[in-house]
Amino acid sequence: MPGKSFFIDTLLCMACKGCQAACKQWHDLPAEKTVNRGTYQNPADLSFVTYKLVRFNETVIDGKLKWLFFPDQCRHCMEPPCEMTADDPRAIFRDPATGAVIYTADNKNIDVHEVIESCPYNIPRTARDGTLAKCDMCNDRVRNGLLPACVKTCPTGAMNFGDREEMLVMARRRLATVKKIHPKAKLLDPDDVRVIYLVTEDPMLYHSFAVASNSAFDISRKVALNKLLRPLNRLTAGL
Amino acid sequence: MTNHWIDIGNSDCILIMGSNAAENHPISFKYVMKAMENGAKLISVDPRFTKTSSKADIYASLRSGTDIAFLGGMIKYILDNDLYNKECVAAYTNASFIVGKDFSFKDGLFSGYDAKNRKYDKSKWAFEMDKKGCPEMDRSLQHSRCVFRLLKKHYSRYNLDLVSKITGTPKADLLKVYHTYTATCATGKAGTIMYAMGWTQHTVGTQNIRAMAIIQLLLGNMGVAGGGVNALRGESNVQGSTDHCLLWHIWPGYLKTPRASNVSLEAYNKKWTPKSNDPLSANWWQNYPKYSVSLLKSFFGGNANHENDFGYDWLPKVDDGEVYSWLDLFDEMYRGTINGFFAWGQNPACGGANAGKNRKAMANLDWMVNVNIFDNETGSFWRGPGMNPSDIKTEVFMLPCCVSVEKEGSITNSGRWMQWRYQGPKPLGNTRSDGDIIMELGFKLKELYKHEGVSFPEAILNLKWDYMTNGMYDSHKAAREINGYFLKDVTLKGKKYKKGTLVPSFAYLQADGSTSSGNWLYCNSYTEKGNMAARRSREDAVNKIGLYPDFAWCWPVNRRIIYNRVSVDLKGQPWDKEHWVIRWTGEKWIGDVPDGGWPPLKSLEKPNPKSKWAFIMRKHGYAQIFGSGRSDGPFPEHYEPLESPLKNNLMSKQRMNPAAPVYTTDADSVASNSPEFPIVGTTYRVSEHWQTGLMTRPQPWLLELQPQVFVEMSEELAKEKGIKNGERVKVASARGSLECTAIVTKRFKPFKIAGKVVHEVGIPFHFGWRWPESGSEESSNLLTPATGDPNTRIPETKAFMVNVSKL
Repeated sequence: MPGKSFFIDTLLCMACKGCQAACKQWHDLPAEKTVNRGTYQNPADLSFVTYKLVRFNETVIDGKLKWLFFPDQCRHCMEPPCEMTADDPRAIFRDPATGAVIYTADNKNIDVHEVIESCPYNIPRTARDGTLAKCDMCNDRVRNGLLPACVKTCPTGAMNFGDREEMLVMARRRLATVKKIHPKAKLLDPDDVRVIYLVTEDPMLYHSFAVASNSAFDISRKVALNKLLRPLNRLTAGL
Repeated sequence: MTNHWIDIGNSDCILIMGSNAAENHPISFKYVMKAMENGAKLISVDPRFTKTSSKADIYASLRSGTDIAFLGGMIKYILDNDLYNKECVAAYTNASFIVGKDFSFKDGLFSGYDAKNRKYDKSKWAFEMDKKGCPEMDRSLQHSRCVFRLLKKHYSRYNLDLVSKITGTPKADLLKVYHTYTATCATGKAGTIMYAMGWTQHTVGTQNIRAMAIIQLLLGNMGVAGGGVNALRGESNVQGSTDHCLLWHIWPGYLKTPRASNVSLEAYNKKWTPKSNDPLSANWWQNYPKYSVSLLKSFFGGNANHENDFGYDWLPKVDDGEVYSWLDLFDEMYRGTINGFFAWGQNPACGGANAGKNRKAMANLDWMVNVNIFDNETGSFWRGPGMNPSDIKTEVFMLPCCVSVEKEGSITNSGRWMQWRYQGPKPLGNTRSDGDIIMELGFKLKELYKHEGVSFPEAILNLKWDYMTNGMYDSHKAAREINGYFLKDVTLKGKKYKKGTLVPSFAYLQADGSTSSGNWLYCNSYTEKGNMAARRSREDAVNKIGLYPDFAWCWPVNRRIIYNRVSVDLKGQPWDKEHWVIRWTGEKWIGDVPDGGWPPLKSLEKPNPKSKWAFIMRKHGYAQIFGSGRSDGPFPEHYEPLESPLKNNLMSKQRMNPAAPVYTTDADSVASNSPEFPIVGTTYRVSEHWQTGLMTRPQPWLLELQPQVFVEMSEELAKEKGIKNGERVKVASARGSLECTAIVTKRFKPFKIAGKVVHEVGIPFHFGWRWPESGSEESSNLLTPATGDPNTRIPETKAFMVNVSKL
């Protein structure tokens, strides 16, 4: 399934948060009551009603101050550990046309915390009643020929969206250009996810979950395997 | 902007100083990043490391209010290292003009200073004239009193050590910036400046921009693609409102507001129409009477004729030597001399400098009309903090108006592009457009002025007031009026024009009452060919530099890059062969609309008599490195802000701009070099809010992103004060105080100024007590002083002194 992908060029991101506001607008999500916590980043974290968040980090590299911006969101993994962990298409499924990983409200048969644990990027959040939520790739828009709201609103071209092949080409081409000036530039987990970030510094400086740990996808496979054994485990626990 | 947004992408070096474009003009960064992809360097100079700095190749910090010192150092660097474009400087600027013997500069003062009135006698700065009445010149730039020599002498004082001591910028950083930016003096290279309120809102605001204009002229960066002097406007239609006379001292199209001494139309036209004796000077303002009479015909229609001076006497005159700016308006209001006030689309209770003074001033009014989309701190000033409603007699009327997208009309962007917008949704509820409100106001005034015994009714009764269709304001009618009509059948340039048809361009306007134009600069925007501003062609011009001449329309006459005659050599061939703006084919100009269609000069010694000097709007035809028309001197000079951390100006004995206005009410306390207020304060914006926040603070999604007013400070200052990141603190100046959340950041660093450590803090100006509901988020303009630039009276809200303390 080739499907769709994002290419997010953090070098072009001005942290205007237009994507954050557009996401709330399209999904009709309520504003959170926030306070200034001594940073431009607000809300503090993703939540059940905040699917997109620009993360801000100040850091000094080789004596030079850097202000790094990272518009964080669900990566819509090619082989989503959350989908495998849930193992219940009524709760979590992938749209075969786009590859969007979609969460539904019908999640009474899944272990929500295990799903959260399974995410290498620390994305899913719950409501008080345990319902899960996260970025849905604006799948309703995309299926109707529109760009995701965040991409549509981005003023500089940091956010891009299209057919996966096209995005991979764009990402690789851009990387080649950027590398000439920023030798540490790289694409984050391009083979594993549909939201491909380009960063110019160590990804950990942007966000501790910017990349999946090396073993994340191996672990998810183990989780999947574990799940095969789950009925047995539950049976055992029940005894 | 002399250039326009898309054109930034053509630049080889972009200096962003006096603005934080990435934060406040994020869309501009599409073009900044495009230029960088093509190898352009980005330089960010700012007191604080900003979003713009985060993308820059070079960042240099400077103390707020020291830009002229920084730029003066660059002028010296250019001259010392022979980095100026000799051909450009000699051919297109007044560098060769000989300045009269009366000019001098000593101890920080130019000649002709009158200390009592804080004014200069500008006649002391006049050029020497030859027998024909043209400026004496020395094209070799050797004469000891030629502008070039005087420039060299003036800026010889701006040496690296002194500049660094004043600005706090490390010398290595100064050199890095100077070296990188001045590399654009190479033929075919272009450097651009993106500035905004960080330069204008100072007691030396105009001279900040003059200093950069001098640099651009020296480097040959004017008129070229990717160059120019580019003001990033702070609101989508600021350019349009200025063009159409938002300010007190200008009429539409930058005509002058008449003074009391301009006793007749003839006297007025004579006073303001410059005269040049040089046949090679286009001296475009010689057409002044055509534009002023056409404007009067537009105001008064058939009621204006030769016999009544086209209604000139009906219009108000300002007293000579008096100033009627925003600062003066509120000063008068505070003194109780103004009874009524329309606050139209404004929020002076938060947006004006020394906002506390403004709030108190409004309590002296009998009435106030607040025209706005929501109630704001201005309309509700009487119930704001520290106010006792029962003590306030001001009657406030709220007229709710609709928002921009609910009406049809045009906006003119920073790049001078007039863009037509269709109406989106219909106005909500009983809100009305500004046009409807002002039309109705006019009708009511006309009705009242019909009563017997009303004094001086002519101005109102004779006013042409016919911009309605079916009882509603019609923006097309207004736009056509602005363009102008032929008022009788005429034959011009061999072509017949019928009465009632639209004038094709300002070259056709007449001083005899046969044409009307509400703004000569916009004559060409709405013609018999249609509404030019509504055009949306995506086809580029032949030179492929992103001019898109058939997309919208831009003044003047759709010229996308002004002063473009400077982009070519004397033979009309572009300096930059790749990104050329105009080019002479031997018969005509191609590319952009040239600054006049005359052929190239050919040579300076024997110029083509059919040609004109390049700067067609200047009396003598040359760009003014020596600017003898400014209120505060012909060369930019560093002065400390009204409030400074220093006792003395290190550059001269003159501490602050000697011509800057000083206001003296009890609300105008000043504390310079005071231990009580030892920290430099500045104000700015964030992406998430807009102006005083009226449109954004009540919007929950935006308030979520930036919920509270904050003060940014260095880790060093926070440590000194024992302030933790995220803690609420008090920020105070000599005029007021407010509570802010501390953002302790590496992005602010203490400055080393003349051997002492000087801290600086910054606060966004978007907040006010009316919203959010808590009422705890106040305006940073409670801190700022009411003083400003002597040329423009733009307030000095970018550099003042404060203290920060724990609550």
